[in-house]
Amino acid sequence: MDLQAGARAAVELSAVQKTFLSARGAIHALTQTSLAIRPGQFVSIVGPSGCGKSTLLSLIAGLDAPSAGKILIEGQEVRGPHESLGVVFQRDLLLDWRTVMDNVLLQVEMRGLLPKAHASTARELLDMVGLQGFHGRYPRELSGGMRQRVAICRALVHNPLLLLMDEPFGALDAMSRDRLNVDLNRICSETKKTVIFITHSIAEAVFLGDRVVVMSSRPGRVVADIDIEAPHPRDLSFRESPEFAGYVRRVRTIFEAEGVL
Amino acid sequence: MSVRRLGSSSLFLGCVSIVGVTLLWEFALKIFPIPAYLLPPPTEIGAVMVSQFGLQMTHALVTLREILVGFALAVLIGVPIAVAMTFVPVFEKLFYPILVATQAIPKVAVAPLFLVWFGFGEAPKVAMATVIAVFPVIIDTAVGLRAIDPDMVRLAKSMRAGSLKTFWKVRLPIALPSIFAGLKMAMTFAVIGAVVGEFVAGQSGLGYLIQAATGSLQTTIAFASIVLLSLIGIVLFFIVETFERVFIPWHHSTDRLY
Repeated sequence: MDLQAGARAAVELSAVQKTFLSARGAIHALTQTSLAIRPGQFVSIVGPSGCGKSTLLSLIAGLDAPSAGKILIEGQEVRGPHESLGVVFQRDLLLDWRTVMDNVLLQVEMRGLLPKAHASTARELLDMVGLQGFHGRYPRELSGGMRQRVAICRALVHNPLLLLMDEPFGALDAMSRDRLNVDLNRICSETKKTVIFITHSIAEAVFLGDRVVVMSSRPGRVVADIDIEAPHPRDLSFRESPEFAGYVRRVRTIFEAEGVL
Repeated sequence: MSVRRLGSSSLFLGCVSIVGVTLLWEFALKIFPIPAYLLPPPTEIGAVMVSQFGLQMTHALVTLREILVGFALAVLIGVPIAVAMTFVPVFEKLFYPILVATQAIPKVAVAPLFLVWFGFGEAPKVAMATVIAVFPVIIDTAVGLRAIDPDMVRLAKSMRAGSLKTFWKVRLPIALPSIFAGLKMAMTFAVIGAVVGEFVAGQSGLGYLIQAATGSLQTTIAFASIVLLSLIGIVLFFIVETFERVFIPWHHSTDRLY
């Protein structure tokens, strides 16, 4: 059974394209892209703005339809948001009038599931991200980093197979960002989720990913796909290792060749 | 200084300024020989309010009823229209020009028409209050419902929530601060509408009393009615604001002023 699950990709894109029509003609947000992601794999997608990485995420999330090609999640074709999906956006999008706990449970309520049945999962997740003692607080009492932790718990509370993150730490200060990188890495290696993580930071992409997909702009396309061979969980010392520097240099060289950097 | 202390001190200063102006008014009339039928002193106005308490209250209750019914109708009509305008683009395109056009008409100009349509009872006054108050309800509710972050909509979609559920759990609560801003304005507008209605053709209500009293130069009675009217306006405004505090304690606007 495990073998079969291992054989089938968690997410599979075949010849996916996305074109937007504007007054000045068609814009190729994403040219023909194919990608297969193994179950439990953490895939970082890194690229400059306008490279179609957010478009790619929208398509996988089922929030947008591809102009051509097919996307499969667990072998099912995506025709709308998949039921086993959690999304984290750049802004935390917490609701001011709900406590931390109720914000996490929004996911459950919106799906028409029973909040009571998921309350203990929500508590465990909040404790896991270091928010013990904050369950009953309101978002305005939390720092930016803490708020984004709540958003991550909200994306995980229904135990989805797939976690999509669209530049989730882009609005945070450098220190909160470092801490969240370490924590996210720990959470993901504990929960074994399949994760697609969009970022414009090369260091973040390499630090978190089992694999880094490098994208370039005009038109948006995949230019490299690099496996990061380093064991999990990783801590900040990994960032000082020569392997890490090597991977970062490889990605940077690609961007330089593309004229991005 | 905490927000609460700042609030109570501004309430205190507000009372000080009202009492100060009243005292100034009283003593100015002792110095300058202005006849009472032009400007009665506050003490006389107070005396009339006490001696004619029953009469003033009878008329005040009529006006209060018109205001409240007019306000309620404005909310019951305005909110669904705003919701329809937000979710049915065709409806908005059809309805918005009419809304702007009718809003451009001075409401007082149509007051005599309401008389023809609704008779001489309280109905034309209620109609006037509703027509004036409905505009801020529609506009502010529509603005509030539109204020949602597009990513919030995408998040709700990713949770596979239907639009009705998204409306109740997310969109409507996000719109509440703006809706309450509209309701506060609507309440003061409803007061104006009711009084305008009574001016045009009333047999009762504070607006009628003001007209009847000034017609026979009983200025003090008119002033007493005006004071009562402003008291009604203030109390109703604060009631709406109290509801705002109860319903949206998370919103910062409840911290400013007062």
